[in-house]
Amino acid sequence: MISIQNVHKSFGDLEVLKGVSLDVANGEVLSIIGGSGSGKSTLLYCINAIEAIHKGKIIVDDVDVHSKDTNKDKLRQKLGMVFQQWNSFPHLTVLENAALAPRIVKKMSKDEAIEIAKKELEHVGLGDKFDVYPTKMSGGQQQRLAIARALAMKPDYMLFDEVTSALDPELVGEVLDTLRLLADEGMTMICVTHEMGFARDVSDRVAYFHQGVIAEIGEAKQVITDPQNPLTQKFLSKVR
Amino acid sequence: MNSLFTPLSWNDTGFILTGVMNTVTISVLAIVLGTVLGLIVGFIRAESNKLVNMLFGGLLDVLRSVPLIIQLVLFSTFVGAAGIPLDPFVAGSIVLSLYTMAFMSEVFRSGFESVPVSMQTAARSLGMNHWQTIYHIRLPIGLRAVFPSWLGVALSVIKDSALVSVIGYMELLRTSEQLISRTQQPLEILIGVGIFYFIISYPLSSYGRYVERKMAI
Ligand SMILES: Nc1ncnc2c1ncn2[C@@H]1O[C@H](COP(=O)(O)OP(=O)(O)OP(=O)(O)O)[C@@H](O)[C@H]1O
Ligand SMILES: [Mg+2]
Repeated sequence: MISIQNVHKSFGDLEVLKGVSLDVANGEVLSIIGGSGSGKSTLLYCINAIEAIHKGKIIVDDVDVHSKDTNKDKLRQKLGMVFQQWNSFPHLTVLENAALAPRIVKKMSKDEAIEIAKKELEHVGLGDKFDVYPTKMSGGQQQRLAIARALAMKPDYMLFDEVTSALDPELVGEVLDTLRLLADEGMTMICVTHEMGFARDVSDRVAYFHQGVIAEIGEAKQVITDPQNPLTQKFLSKVR
Repeated sequence: MNSLFTPLSWNDTGFILTGVMNTVTISVLAIVLGTVLGLIVGFIRAESNKLVNMLFGGLLDVLRSVPLIIQLVLFSTFVGAAGIPLDPFVAGSIVLSLYTMAFMSEVFRSGFESVPVSMQTAARSLGMNHWQTIYHIRLPIGLRAVFPSWLGVALSVIKDSALVSVIGYMELLRTSEQLISRTQQPLEILIGVGIFYFIISYPLSSYGRYVERKMAI
């Protein structure tokens, strides 16, 4: 379980998160929607300790993420993250991209790492691309590679930061299908997204972010189709 | 005919080969040392703050801007005057290596800085630690990006090594100068020497262009 408790975060004078509290249960899929600059990405970065927080607490499975005594590298192994930019490692083949972290971080044998990497690549539909260099692939394929690469670490949680926003429209579907697959398999996921249909259909709950606070949170269908907060209503009427 | 184009006796072969070997030796040494030092300095510069960078940058600017020939003469005169006996090979190697390092460090620095931060963040998010990210991501990607520039510096070092002749090192140019003064056949000898430099440099530079083309796709 991920428990976010009254988290505050600033960049210089700019307070980006102004007291965010949120619990995500195991097996749950939570989508975060909201305007540009509202702090959605920042929250994800705080959850896996890429960014520090200034106040509050984030607990992942009883581990205080931002405590000095926490081994952040170890913690990140159970928090997979995929970004808007797919960030394939261009010097490695698709298979090597997915096998690298299991091998060097989890210290698996080469064969073991390769086996897991192959399994996860097949999982996202890249079973025929093992020896290709990622730069030869489409954005959608590279994004699926990024998902497989994260899954190869066998994370308990997956954080997705607008993973379809940088894709050509015709490639969005294949990546959303992959996310849907993971959700069906019971993965615990936090998805920052601009895809309202995806948020409504795939997630259990939706949170609407507005200027660093959660303005509304609730059951997915309700928030998307029948928002209670005027701010949410305004936002949704604009994106649709 | 034959006497015109082979003006040197076969007895000179050993002498010429020594010159060739000495040019190759000092070039390879300077390229290796310059690359290793340049990697370290380039990495430090890419990692460190403005102040450290300014200090390093100033020093490197001097090394890059003062003509090599002047650095060679100044250095050997200075250590000579200080009473430290250095043979021309050692003095030449030191100066040529530092000169190479000054260029290599900039090459590597731009390589390291060319690796997007987001790619390093992605590596960290997979659980890689700071050094694993440097070793497995930043280093290989950065080095690949600057390989053509590295090769360019290496090639110019081979040519610049001819300047070490001014402090008395018996590399190819100085060898040929001595032969010229003996045989009075400057044209043939200098053409031969020129061909030698071409034979070494051309395959390397075509290889560099090939790699560059391959990476551009
Ligand atoms: N490293 C940083 N340094 C300074 N300011 C930052 C940094 N990262 C984010 N910000 C600022 O924090 C605010 C929130 O950024 P964040 O990326 O979390 O927004 P977001 O909700 O993800 O927006 P978007 O939908 O555009 O991705 C923005 O105003 C942004 O400019
Ligand atoms: Mg964002």
